Amino acid sequence: MNHPVVVLAGGLSHERDVSLRSGRRAAEALRGVGLEVVERDVDGSLLSTLAAEPPSCVLPMLHGENGEDGAIREVLDLLGIPYVGSGPAACRTAFDKPVAKSVVERVGIVTPESVCLPHESFRELGAAQVMDAVLHRLGLPLVVKPARSGSALGCALVSTETELPDAMVGAFAYGPVALIERYIGGTEVAVPVIDDGTGPRDLPAVAIRPDGPIYDYTARYTAGSTEFTVPAALPDDVLAECARVAIAAHQALGLRDLSRSDLIVGDDGSVRFLEVNVAPGFTETSLVPLSVEAAGLDLGEVLASLVRAAMARDARTTT
Amino acid sequence: MLRTAPAIVHASHAMDHPPTGPSAPATTGRTRLDSYVDRYAARTAGMTASEIRALFAVASRPEVVSLAGGMPNISGLPLDVVGGAIADLVANQGPVALQYSSGQGDPTLREQICEVMALEGINAHPDDVVVTVGSQQAVDLVTRIFCDPGDVVICEAPSYVGALGVFKAFQCQVVHAEMDADGLVPDALRQAIAATRAAGKTIKFLYTIPNFHNPAGVTMTAARRAEILDICRSEDVLVLEDNPYGLLGFDSEPMRALRADDAEGVIYLGSFSKTFSPGLRVGWALAPHAVREKLVLAQESATLCPPAFNQMAVSAYLQAHDWKGQIKQLREMYRERRDAMVEALGDFMPAACRWNVPHGGFFVWMTLPPGIDAKAMLPRAVTARVAYVPGTAFFADGFGSGSLRLSFCYPTPERIREGVRRLAGVLEEEMELRATFGAKPPQGEHPLPRSGYDGPGTDLS
Repeated sequence: MNHPVVVLAGGLSHERDVSLRSGRRAAEALRGVGLEVVERDVDGSLLSTLAAEPPSCVLPMLHGENGEDGAIREVLDLLGIPYVGSGPAACRTAFDKPVAKSVVERVGIVTPESVCLPHESFRELGAAQVMDAVLHRLGLPLVVKPARSGSALGCALVSTETELPDAMVGAFAYGPVALIERYIGGTEVAVPVIDDGTGPRDLPAVAIRPDGPIYDYTARYTAGSTEFTVPAALPDDVLAECARVAIAAHQALGLRDLSRSDLIVGDDGSVRFLEVNVAPGFTETSLVPLSVEAAGLDLGEVLASLVRAAMARDARTTT
Repeated sequence: MLRTAPAIVHASHAMDHPPTGPSAPATTGRTRLDSYVDRYAARTAGMTASEIRALFAVASRPEVVSLAGGMPNISGLPLDVVGGAIADLVANQGPVALQYSSGQGDPTLREQICEVMALEGINAHPDDVVVTVGSQQAVDLVTRIFCDPGDVVICEAPSYVGALGVFKAFQCQVVHAEMDADGLVPDALRQAIAATRAAGKTIKFLYTIPNFHNPAGVTMTAARRAEILDICRSEDVLVLEDNPYGLLGFDSEPMRALRADDAEGVIYLGSFSKTFSPGLRVGWALAPHAVREKLVLAQESATLCPPAFNQMAVSAYLQAHDWKGQIKQLREMYRERRDAMVEALGDFMPAACRWNVPHGGFFVWMTLPPGIDAKAMLPRAVTARVAYVPGTAFFADGFGSGSLRLSFCYPTPERIREGVRRLAGVLEEEMELRATFGAKPPQGEHPLPRSGYDGPGTDLS
């Protein structure tokens, strides 16, 4: 590789800070295996820089809107620059939680019962009536989240009816559409899926146990405030089902290279799909690096294999 | 049956040394990703990642109009004068400037500090001045020598987020006392003192920012100053007077400091960060003799000595430059920005909003229409490319969600107007949403924030 790998991190999404941390760690990991790496923010000078100094490959470590919604990848496709990760259409589907849920449900994956509503619906139809209907259908407790967001920003656990309006307002501060999901008690599990050209395979499942009631922003990015078990201490058949669901979701959504599915394992051992991340976090407290290490792999080697796969894909499509 | 039995102890050490090659066996176990999680001092409670601070990371991008930071605008500083003074300093006094110095601070600078304080009616001796790493360190040192865990510090409501962070780190309990347009309300102070003592707690001092308050923007009137001093004398409460903005009044000469009328009952804190350079980190405390002795020893424990080079650079600047004229320029520049903000607020903000018109300093405090939560609204503002600090950052007790701080110190008047315009749009959307979902519980029912550090970092403009 004569040209450097460009790690894209930062951007203007609400998750800028997380993205910068992911970018730094991914860049260091790639440098650790001998690759030349340049870290770049996404701003008005990006495209001219990429044109002037074409990278061998781009590794998008952008989280949230403008990062995981496919927009930046659409532009990279336009420019003919190879990049690690899913294409724009798959990102658009995966980043939108309600859409992703409906896609994976079509292949038989179970997701918590939910409703998805834009804020206009509440205004036009009367918030009290709509919330009553939601509560009637889903019961309590509930989890409210923005339809398109990451890092649990804007997410809230709703245990009583009176908490619901504030939770809705909090989610709508991040975007115009909210997902209201039935809360499923159990073990939250994340399963990375990687594909370096030989087909998608799962990495060890990470079980997440935050100190607080919900794996929120503080629990995610304060080292020490969440306990992880990897591989998750679950029965073999349940772990196998987690892996199957993660790979099936990856395939159903048309994802490539790398994804992380977040699942909930009910106390009865049932596995439900919550959401998938097309640009999973690589921070010091993120889940994919934990899983990679637990698999006995080197983070830099894994990323380098994905870079090679992306370049090989590009070579195939351009020749 | 388990595939792999989870390790009984934390596996963080195993994670610290992961196997390298792909053929290495898989490790397993539990980790919290912080080997020291069980060993931190109790004072680190609340030192956690914060959703609010994550949003401030976006505010540092140029696309965003940041009305959130407190960074002084130093673009008007005479860099040629500063450069010349520093070159002379290195050439003529290099071996002293680059050496350790006194823990109390440079004697020449302490004399000059007394000249600065004379502008506010303070008659002080350089021996009673302790130079600190910004006045922020003076807050830390004073708290360090006075407060045991559980001791009470009375603060205005709202109060400076950086001081609240210090009090929290020393495990003090903050009791807030209300302010109005004339500053701290005497009756509120009396009540706070009485209620605290009735609860069997010990008050260590009153922390007050009498001039151009951060974040409230108000200034304590002369009559109030006398009354507050009377109360503190009769109740035997020490006053910590924090005065970083006192020389930055737009319409009048500097007001007489609390310390000017009570040398024994007031510790006064000053700073060159707003009048010269925040980067040099030079501030000071003026304290009664016995307190000063302890502050010097505390300073030696903390830093050995404040940076000699920076102190001498400030000293050289004060000698070589018309610093009073420079402050006059700063006042005019900040007044223009205050005017831009106040005018834009009047032009754009919904009628139910209230704000004060500060006569100096950096900040406007705005109260939102009932039911609007400034913290919950911040993501929407960031999406609209404008940032502010939610009022909750300035309270130790979860209050303040109905207010926000807007700073006019750093952006240009045009950017300020644009920022206020964006914020007004954000607020209108939030009001519509809130109207849809019904009234929010009144202030005070807010749960305490999980992170105790929701203020912006110092590097946010």
